Amino acid sequence: MACPSGDKVGEGFFPYLTASAAALLLLLVAGILLIVFRGAWPALHTFGLAFLFETVWNPVADVYGAAPAILGTIITSLLALALAGPLGVGTAIFLSELAPLWLRKPASFVVELLAAVPSIVYGLWGLFVLAPIMRTVLGAWLERNLGFLPMFQGPSIGVGVLTASVVLTIVILPTITAISREVMRAVPSELREGMYALGATRWEVISRIVLPNSKTGILGALLLALGRAIGEAMAVTMVIGNANAIPTSFLAPAQTAASQIVNEFPEAFDLHLSSLFLLGLVLLVITLVINAGAVWLVYRTKQNAGGALIRHER
Amino acid sequence: MAESVTVENLSFWFGKQQVLKDVSLSAQAREVTALIGPSGCGKTTLLRCINRLYRLYSGASITGKITVGTENVLDPHIDQVELRRRVGMIFQKPNPFPHLSIFENVAAGIRLHGLAQGREVAERVESCLKKVALWEEVKDRLDRPGTMLSIGQQQRLCLARTLAVEPRVFLMDEPCASLDPVSTMRIEELIRELHKEYTVIIVTHNMQQAARISQQTAFVLNGEVVEVGRTAEMFVRTRDERTEAYLTGKMG
Repeated sequence: MACPSGDKVGEGFFPYLTASAAALLLLLVAGILLIVFRGAWPALHTFGLAFLFETVWNPVADVYGAAPAILGTIITSLLALALAGPLGVGTAIFLSELAPLWLRKPASFVVELLAAVPSIVYGLWGLFVLAPIMRTVLGAWLERNLGFLPMFQGPSIGVGVLTASVVLTIVILPTITAISREVMRAVPSELREGMYALGATRWEVISRIVLPNSKTGILGALLLALGRAIGEAMAVTMVIGNANAIPTSFLAPAQTAASQIVNEFPEAFDLHLSSLFLLGLVLLVITLVINAGAVWLVYRTKQNAGGALIRHER
Repeated sequence: MAESVTVENLSFWFGKQQVLKDVSLSAQAREVTALIGPSGCGKTTLLRCINRLYRLYSGASITGKITVGTENVLDPHIDQVELRRRVGMIFQKPNPFPHLSIFENVAAGIRLHGLAQGREVAERVESCLKKVALWEEVKDRLDRPGTMLSIGQQQRLCLARTLAVEPRVFLMDEPCASLDPVSTMRIEELIRELHKEYTVIIVTHNMQQAARISQQTAFVLNGEVVEVGRTAEMFVRTRDERTEAYLTGKMG
């Protein structure tokens, strides 16, 4: 026979091998959900939905409310998104549309490298470089000049909501930049040329062609980054100050769901442990929903851009 | 309103590769000039020099002179936005803007240059769509995306979009290459109408098309204009044997 029998065995065996790898992955996700849910059950049974709104988290009295952690998570993530969004999309516009051609590839590569820096390194940088600067320069300035506003009330101690948000900004910046750049590149060049040929300037091509045709993808990039910021644990834990209180000032120490789990997990048992599991479950559900939405948006933009091309070629 | 286009001693390099070699050509106002020749001979590049679209990509260098009307296009101080408004371009693949409605596709250039306001925009859009014989087909669905039209309709939409900014010259880069015969015929009819008011320079692979619609034909080979002549004469009697070989199908 021309065809050795070993090949045939591989042909029959290989699909099963890959299928079982895929099945294992799905089982793993289901297993994680199950374990977290089982761990969270006692707390869920004791506190119910009130867990989300109660503001007291007191292991001594064995009372657990997640509002400070959830609020801290939301505030730091949204602030990071507000800082990193314009910066990242702006960088993406530069890399995709404006930078000289010789610079585009190397600069994009560097941005993608930033995404590979372990977040604990950013955390170290935040604690030893950023925090002192926050305490003595930026935070002090905010306290001195805007301290009459509750949201900038001191004392500026270096760690807290703002410092955590800045570190998170840097953590999510490469994600926003890299994906936004990619979806902008997916806008067919025929559309750019069509607009230029009508007499448009570079800015008009960007604002009237590139951005409208990549906006869902950019939104997806922002959501993906938000998911990353919400779930980020180590970098945040190092610079947020870890205080179980509802944050009222950007300069005050606070807590996020992830930092609370990191901080208290080693010493927790019984209902305390279960409450941390419940906090993890809340985090898991939020990030799952956000990530699913993001992936769907990015997928849809690429699909649309590709679809436009296919229609062109018909 | 039509303006003539004169190309004198134009040479064009992309990187180290010379794409056009000392090209000279004159396209009269209110005439269709067809550029024919095998793929990769430089026809499209020549077209993209006239509206300076080549400048979108780095690595290009250019010498010579191109005059549209009375203005030297290659003068670095020229107003590029104004030039591209006066010199419209139709592409090989119809490229309506997918995020804009049929109406807004035609209005895009009008809004870009502030050529009309309010009610006038709608009047202008309607008149342009009528000129390309698309109005009757789309008047009930002006708010639908431009990309939902058939490919032939899309190309007419692109024509209307270009007409709307009142160009003097039309550059067409194989506008029928992706169209079926019926759509092709309709575009050709439009070109025959257009040349009464505009200067048309059209790149085509289809020699019958050149013969049907153009008054002047230029044969381009390896970056050189081998022969320019009145279309009616050239298709009967060529002066250069290479043109003869191409037209009779021995080459290309």
